Amino acid sequence: MKKLRWILIALLVVGLLLSACQAQPAGPEEEEPAPAEEGPFQVAVVMPSSINDLAFSQSMYDALVMIQEEMGGEEAMTFDYSDGMFVVDDAAAAIRDYAAEGYDLVIAHGSQYGSSLQEIAPDFPETSFAWGTTVDTFGIDNIFAYEAASDEGGYVNGVMAASLTESDVLGVVGPIETGDAKLYVDGFVAGAEATNPDVQVNVNYIGSFSDVALASEAANTHVAAGADVMAGTAQMVVGAIGVAEENDVLWFGTQASQTSLAPDIVVANQIYRWDVVLNEIIDLIGEGTLGGQSFTINLANGGEVIEYNPDFDLPEDVKDLADETIQGIIDGTISTGVSE
Amino acid sequence: MISDLFSMTVLVGILASGIRLATPYLYAAIGETFGQRSGVLNLGVEGQMLLGAFTAFYVAIQTGNLWLGVLSAMIVGAVMGLAMAFVTVNLQAVQGISGIGFYLFGLGLSDLLFQRVLGTVETVKGFPKINLPVLSDLPIVGEIFFQQNILVYIAFALVPLAWFVLKKTTLGLKIRAVGENPEAADSLGVSVARIRYLTIILGGTLSGIAGASLSIALLNVFQQNMTSGLGFIAVALVYFGAWRPFGVLGGALLFSLVNSLQLWVQVLGIPIPSDIAVMMPYILTILVLVISVSRVRAPSALTKPFKREE
Repeated sequence: MKKLRWILIALLVVGLLLSACQAQPAGPEEEEPAPAEEGPFQVAVVMPSSINDLAFSQSMYDALVMIQEEMGGEEAMTFDYSDGMFVVDDAAAAIRDYAAEGYDLVIAHGSQYGSSLQEIAPDFPETSFAWGTTVDTFGIDNIFAYEAASDEGGYVNGVMAASLTESDVLGVVGPIETGDAKLYVDGFVAGAEATNPDVQVNVNYIGSFSDVALASEAANTHVAAGADVMAGTAQMVVGAIGVAEENDVLWFGTQASQTSLAPDIVVANQIYRWDVVLNEIIDLIGEGTLGGQSFTINLANGGEVIEYNPDFDLPEDVKDLADETIQGIIDGTISTGVSE
Repeated sequence: MISDLFSMTVLVGILASGIRLATPYLYAAIGETFGQRSGVLNLGVEGQMLLGAFTAFYVAIQTGNLWLGVLSAMIVGAVMGLAMAFVTVNLQAVQGISGIGFYLFGLGLSDLLFQRVLGTVETVKGFPKINLPVLSDLPIVGEIFFQQNILVYIAFALVPLAWFVLKKTTLGLKIRAVGENPEAADSLGVSVARIRYLTIILGGTLSGIAGASLSIALLNVFQQNMTSGLGFIAVALVYFGAWRPFGVLGGALLFSLVNSLQLWVQVLGIPIPSDIAVMMPYILTILVLVISVSRVRAPSALTKPFKREE
């Protein structure tokens, strides 16, 4: 027992030494890399789920790929990413590493990373940071904030869903009642109720962004309660889409296109086009502004796009109504009535 | 609105959902029961499930053969179990910590393979629902119990089987002896190492099927970290079930039924905040655990490595 204790103490001491060694090069004095004047614009992004989650993280990845193409390939812009960073501590370490390596823009793609960023950003005044989804830059002038007015696309999807339902029951599967998930769901409910007062929208928050099994069972619950059109948001809804397909229930997606999962039943997706925001941020950095502003993607600025599934036979009048709704929201004649 | 909860549709819905939700827990927790009865706590269940889920999904999508998918998941789970057994039995490592290590390994590897090999979330045609003749036509009961897929039926059949093995066979006696008093078992000629290898590999195999039951029977997709803590709940259910297969069944059903109940509570618009609703199964499980655990004793040698005294 005694021997074991000594081994343990020795391990702890070694661990302490190692961590002390590691921390040093990241000390505040030495971590002011000169911004890369020459060479490509370098972006790093830290994301909570995988880049191919068909949802939140994928929307950011797709945007970066798009920007890279627009800017002229790898000579003009490169990006690196750490995905699957659902442990905030790991994410914080990655953010700090990227900043220390001299990236021009470090994106913390998840509202859970905010407090880490608040600590890290002041140590790297030459580096620009962006995070979302939020409007809060903490008043720090090298942090940009971005968010999605997801209620707008939610509203449009709700209008279509209420027009397509025959049972007058809709089902929504949400993760946790907060942020852009809540905005989307509230928008969907508002759109549905404004279109068809008889419609009943059942909403289910499952308390998790990753529990695919519970999302699937939530969808089963909606089907049993009579829903013939469903929607949902966040990456765990892939479980719900399977249930929708099995029961011939229509599906509305958001964040990224979910059509490939169930081409027969997906009606439309609200797509996040973060490139709209990122282009603005990259321009500002070029002019020497490293942060201090917040951005919102919405239907009007093209940061949110409703993509209809070309393989789904959407009745002409419903599509017209959806297009009118989109135009109304852009013009300001229609309000989703949702506020955070 | 509370009265809506007692309509037939809702009750049938809750029970049928509960049965499905309980399925992966049953495989994983029954496997874990064997390990713990022999004195080994395996916290790597979640990692074994994830690798099982990925393997089953990948093999099923490549070959179109679902049973081959299940078999591959079993093999991968067994190999993970073998490694865990080597670490805990031969190297005598601290079981809790090494289990966490195996969990992280499974989590990371399944994600890596998912990214490199599949590249995107896809669906597969999983095990279809099988309506058992006659039984599935029974009113109410038929819809709840007898219109499920094959892996659900096997999960429930596993419970009495596990009970029989543990309680009525020589092997079961050896497993229990090794978990209660390894020195005595050893002196009677039972190989502690062999028994523990056997139970941990069996546990890994069943965890592999637990993963397969998600990816190619219940959900028919694979996604990064799709088990989402299920494997850890399964370990807790073994304690909950007092190391007895039927106790584990009770725990799995209770947890799953309350979970499906809370889904209905939200759908029916009963005014309880969603955050509270999703906590219900956890709170109830903790409560029952507090009340029941004080009355039962864990296997005496649980988490203790066995070293023969010369």
